[in-house]
Amino acid sequence: MCTMIAHQVRIQGRGKSGPEWFEVHEANVSYDHPYDLPLEHALNIDFVNETLGPGARVAVELSVDAARQLVKTIEAVLAQADQRGVLEDRPVAAEPARSPSVA
Amino acid sequence: MYQTNQYEGMIAETVSMRGHNGDVINAYVARPLGAGPFPGMVVIHHAPGWDEWYRECARRFAHHGYVSISPNLYFRDGHGTPEDVGAKVRAAGGAPDARVLGDLDGANAWLRSLPYVSRKVGIFGTCSGGRQAFLAGCRLKGLDAVIECWGGRVVQSKEELTPNQPVAPIDYTKDLSCPIIGIFGNEDKSPTPEQVNAHEAELKKHGKQYEFHRYEGAGHGFFYYDRPAYRQEQAVDGWKKVLAFTEKTLR
Repeated sequence: MCTMIAHQVRIQGRGKSGPEWFEVHEANVSYDHPYDLPLEHALNIDFVNETLGPGARVAVELSVDAARQLVKTIEAVLAQADQRGVLEDRPVAAEPARSPSVA
Repeated sequence: MYQTNQYEGMIAETVSMRGHNGDVINAYVARPLGAGPFPGMVVIHHAPGWDEWYRECARRFAHHGYVSISPNLYFRDGHGTPEDVGAKVRAAGGAPDARVLGDLDGANAWLRSLPYVSRKVGIFGTCSGGRQAFLAGCRLKGLDAVIECWGGRVVQSKEELTPNQPVAPIDYTKDLSCPIIGIFGNEDKSPTPEQVNAHEAELKKHGKQYEFHRYEGAGHGFFYYDRPAYRQEQAVDGWKKVLAFTEKTLR
């Protein structure tokens, strides 16, 4: 893990890494060694809830091309939703924290 | 060299030890059976976590006659699978150098407290652990050999310095207190061959005892048999070089 290129953004949402959904509070985005993708470095995103411990993590590891395509696609989908006037740009009510089964 | 009529035995288990600031952390120990005295080896895990490869590495050194300890440098970051804990530390910018050095110093002290450990202790690390092994050789007292495998970010630009890693290890080269072996792949991006050359030049400049081995056709982490980076021929030769070095410096 030798690049140490990592950013964290506070987010609001839900994630699923086992049978149960849980609130995710942070997205950790890094360009560093992936755990499973057979590349030396990858764009890694971990959706986590630090209050629930290291196991509360939904992880994806992407090639650079896949990451760029994902960014473009998210922007395109949000733009389309905005154009149609269906964007719900408002906070989500928090639920009591639940521990994911993998925690 | 092992002979087929030789007795061999090993104990391997998780233990507790005191690390940085006297904190109790856990560690994995593998040691050959017998009264010894055996040299010691501190095995540093890579940034992705305290995972199975390092247990196997500790057992490999034990098989070759070293009492080996691999401290869990992420003990304070919570518990879970090595990947989940490693991902948490990755997001935090890696483990702080000062804390890591305290834990490695504690591992050395733990080894030296044992009646079956000789007066010689080496330190081995790969990837970020290679960097930390070199750092330990420069900053800690009482180490007799450094085995640095593809230590990334030994050479750091000012822009790469962080609160957790505030000084580039290469800047401490003059303080290195023991011989060092370096194992590198020429296709590595961290460290690049140019960074390895700069690292070597600094060792030479300060008159340090070193040997560097660079492998063609190999990139980062080519000892890791569970990753596509594995290069069988280069890894076998690299291990031979490492063990020849430890026999020379620690027996």
